[in-house]
Amino acid sequence: MAQSITLKINGKSYTVQAEPDVPLLWVIREYLQLSGTKFGCGIAQCGACTVHVDGQPMRSCQLQVIRAVGREITTIEGIREDHPVKQAWIDIQVPQCGYCQSGQIMSAVALVEKNSNPSEADIIQAMEGNLCRCGTYTRIKQAIYQAAEEVRNS
Amino acid sequence: MSSTIDRRAFLTRAGLTLAIVATPSSLKVLAMGPAATASDVFSPGPWLQITPDNQVTVLLCKSEMGQGIHTAIPMIVADELEADWSQVKTEMAPVEAEYADPVHHMHATFGSQSIRHLYQPLRKLGAAGREILVEAAANKWNVAASECEAIQGKVHHKSSGRSFSYGELVEEASSLPVPENPRLKDKSEFKLMGTPVARRDLPAKVSGEAKFGLDTFVPGMLYGVVARPPAYGAKMTSYDEQAAKKVNGVRHVVEFDRGIGICADTIDAAWKGREALNAQWGPGVEPGLSTASMDKYLADALDMSALEARNDPGVPAALRQASKRVHATYFLPYLSHAIMEPMNATAHVQADRCETWSPSQSPSGVQGVAARITGLKPEQIKVNTPYLGGGYGGRGATDGVHEAVSLSKATGKPIKVIWTREEDIKYEAYRPGYGHRIDASLDKTGKVTAWSHRVAGSIVHGRGPGPRVDSGAVSGLRDLQYDIPNIKVDYIWVNKPIPVRPWRSPSGSHNGFTVESFMDELAHAANQDPVEFRLKHLQHSPRAQRVVELAAEKSGWGKPLTGAEGRGITTYYTDEAYVAAVAEVSVDRKTGVIDVHRIVCSVDGGPIINPDTAEAQIAGALIMGLSAALKEKVEFADGGVKSANFSDYHTLRMSQAPNIEVHFVDSDAKIGGLGEPSLPLAAPSVTNAIFDATGARIRRLPLTPERVLEALSRV
Repeated sequence: MAQSITLKINGKSYTVQAEPDVPLLWVIREYLQLSGTKFGCGIAQCGACTVHVDGQPMRSCQLQVIRAVGREITTIEGIREDHPVKQAWIDIQVPQCGYCQSGQIMSAVALVEKNSNPSEADIIQAMEGNLCRCGTYTRIKQAIYQAAEEVRNS
Repeated sequence: MSSTIDRRAFLTRAGLTLAIVATPSSLKVLAMGPAATASDVFSPGPWLQITPDNQVTVLLCKSEMGQGIHTAIPMIVADELEADWSQVKTEMAPVEAEYADPVHHMHATFGSQSIRHLYQPLRKLGAAGREILVEAAANKWNVAASECEAIQGKVHHKSSGRSFSYGELVEEASSLPVPENPRLKDKSEFKLMGTPVARRDLPAKVSGEAKFGLDTFVPGMLYGVVARPPAYGAKMTSYDEQAAKKVNGVRHVVEFDRGIGICADTIDAAWKGREALNAQWGPGVEPGLSTASMDKYLADALDMSALEARNDPGVPAALRQASKRVHATYFLPYLSHAIMEPMNATAHVQADRCETWSPSQSPSGVQGVAARITGLKPEQIKVNTPYLGGGYGGRGATDGVHEAVSLSKATGKPIKVIWTREEDIKYEAYRPGYGHRIDASLDKTGKVTAWSHRVAGSIVHGRGPGPRVDSGAVSGLRDLQYDIPNIKVDYIWVNKPIPVRPWRSPSGSHNGFTVESFMDELAHAANQDPVEFRLKHLQHSPRAQRVVELAAEKSGWGKPLTGAEGRGITTYYTDEAYVAAVAEVSVDRKTGVIDVHRIVCSVDGGPIINPDTAEAQIAGALIMGLSAALKEKVEFADGGVKSANFSDYHTLRMSQAPNIEVHFVDSDAKIGGLGEPSLPLAAPSVTNAIFDATGARIRRLPLTPERVLEALSRV
């Protein structure tokens, strides 16, 4: 049965009526219309739905909404506009169609905030789960190097 | 589509005083004298409106699916108009005849055609606007137009220093006639074209605010999902409507021509309803259809009766008199578009109108489908086209709209249809699998004297049922770009229930592989360097020679490799662009894993509007081609599709993406397309490099480690 569920997303509190087993993804993007978080595969194979839960990147298609209660959820909309990763994504002109890029950015933010001097291997390890059909991988790498440098210097 | 009366009504509504239809060769003034009253919009043509608030609005008949067209189109107009880039905004044009692509007369985006079809008309449109604004200012000052100059959104009177903004000239400009042949800028006068202008859609795509089709929300909408047959052509035998309706949130169960639709308050309720429905299906039209059956069919098809696509009379004699005969057979699998944004559409059908929201490459197609299903007139269908989360040919399909409109018509509610990834992979229309067999002759000097080519595949282009020759199968063969005096091309129609449609570079995605692999085989048979061999067979085409030479030069062809073990050259011509590439690879002899270190690509597509987005298109198409080469194959079983998700339909990930260098030839040739031409290069540049590294020739894609090991074992 649907129940009243309160979530903390991007520092704000939201209450929704939802079945407890609905994946967090669908509550974020369809119930709350925070539609920057994308649906790609539903089985944690593409990374389009990546959000941060208590600071860790997670595939929101894999987390039942009830298990997100009481945790700090951050979506693409919650990453500040002048974050070095978002800035680098604009500077390097990374996106093409852009659909996978929310997830790419969320994975990249988690990476550079943990490791501000990532090697190519570190980048690949962090980003391998994020598919891009337009083929923006090279620019993603460049943007992560730039963003990491920005984080190091700040 | 729209009658004269409708068009006039529109023009009145929009306050336009002039309308012209642009064609690639000329601007044709359709109508009409100065309007009696309305002069709050200056519109020298259908895609351009300037208003007194100094806003320049460019209307778009092309979908943005990542190619940057929503930046390139206004760049062209704004440059010729001498507008200030910051005063320019864009809107999707209404799906009406006057705004359509001037060549194919549709609102549709495919075939790397947008810039090819719009470059000249947009330049003329902008230039006409600029000339009229200058004349308007001259009239107001009562001076000669030659004393005035348009610079960045203003017209200046040189000697007096006076100026008017474009907005201030709207009323006067809208009373003036549109010049038929305005002066286009010289290349040296360009301020935007040829520069890496930042894409206008990226800030929203980075902030998360960009609206894709799936991000449509309409008040009162329900979610629609469809229970579909597991095998092609299977008929539904039973389903439990009551069980589905018992699921909390399920509102409607609708049987229609695509299956059984379930409409619910939430997407998860709709899915639970579909499960409870427990739909049962009979066997498909070809229950034995499987990956193995299709592989065998494509092989057998090469011996079936064929349709002639080209038959030069000298082929049999040239083959007989060969100094050396070379033949080879190649196979390519069915491919999914695997678009990151799954198929979706939202529709709201009412008594006298219908509105749709869908990430479509063909708004005209959407309008047609909605009109057919609802019985409404096209002008009663309002088509909204948000951003597309990828296209690649796959989003010309109107399945989602068909379903959303049908379900909205049946329920009276706005319906948002979402396909799961599994549905998107299983129920889409694919790039066909192909079989190719080539037989060629070399003379004593190593020149190719005849090329006889059989290709088997399904029809992706044009209308009407087979058998007929498909350009998607034979383009690039019947017009083979090499100097070969005798060519024969036979097409074998593969008539199977598997739906197919164009994929990125429809013909090049398979003919690039076969032609360029075989040219490599011929070069080696002739004991010639593959670059030299190609140049020798491209003597009629300096542009083709130039890109081959450029790719060879920039990749260090002939010099020792560092890191990689082998390199392969390829070249192709499609969409009016010449391209070439050299790939560098190494091959793990134990695992069969291919490592593509680098691809160096050269392009002559004529003038480049935006070098940054152009580079992105060339590199992106190479990555997609490489993805297909290394990983992709749709699997079939039990009369339907076995592949289901990214867990068993693999596309390229970051670890396998090579460094890509793109070099553009500075060219004033006719402008070409850039979205697709480089894709055909990826697979053969890699297989040719594998041959260079190992001596193993691989003639079947994808290059799975097992296939590579098997090929290595034959060397």
